[in-house]
Amino acid sequence: MNRVQLRFLSQADNVGLARLMAAGLAGQGNFTLPDIEEIKVAVSEAVSNAIIHGYDNRPDGWVEVVMELDAQGLTVVVEDWGVGIEDVAQAREPAFSDDPERLGLGFVFMESFMHGLEVASTFGKGTRVRMRRLITEISHDAQ
Amino acid sequence: MTIVHALEGRYLRVAVKGDLDLKTAIPLREALDKLTDRYRDRHLLLDLTEVGFVDSSGLGVILGRHRRLMAQGRTISLSGVRPSVKAVLELAGIDSIINITHIAEGSETRRNRPQTKTST
Repeated sequence: MNRVQLRFLSQADNVGLARLMAAGLAGQGNFTLPDIEEIKVAVSEAVSNAIIHGYDNRPDGWVEVVMELDAQGLTVVVEDWGVGIEDVAQAREPAFSDDPERLGLGFVFMESFMHGLEVASTFGKGTRVRMRRLITEISHDAQ
Repeated sequence: MTIVHALEGRYLRVAVKGDLDLKTAIPLREALDKLTDRYRDRHLLLDLTEVGFVDSSGLGVILGRHRRLMAQGRTISLSGVRPSVKAVLELAGIDSIINITHIAEGSETRRNRPQTKTST
């Protein structure tokens, strides 16, 4: 079992940093390279959401990413202390975005690329996204 | 992220190098809009050979350019799409809207092997 924690300001430069950390830790487990690519997308979406929506693109909010690798898989928790989500169910719907340049697919990508996604949010207080990617049998065979 | 452009027949080819995410979305959008406004008689061919990562922020830029060019009777095509990027494009359904030329599965591995044949 291994555990890493990263806390950074809500700046776009740090999305890549969180992705690198996820790829590095997942690389210690029996994940295939395509698995790791998908984990990177999910982490990128969660951290981007924290910056864009949680802090409304303000660059001075804290985002915390905690990742835990065990024999069965990788758990990723992304937390912000921003505005929170008023209606989580609605936010998880595809194409829920008021910006035409954004797809509104962040949660869809997280759900599709991970084996489980929990979103806990308190309006006005912040959001916590927990997702888990399992190491599949195919990944084991690839080793 | 770096961008290199060239004119090829009816196409404006723009080769992008780097990750397409929240950090690069706005600079990429601005660069593409500037280029497509400068060359108004060309379709856009976005070369993603050197792009190893795309998330929904990057896809938003691609889809936004598709909408913008379509309104002007122009098209956007993607070339050099890597398997990892292809998975994201397919999940978003973009492959059914925009013409895409993929890089064959495993080609990244083959490219790194020593060359044993010089003739093709």
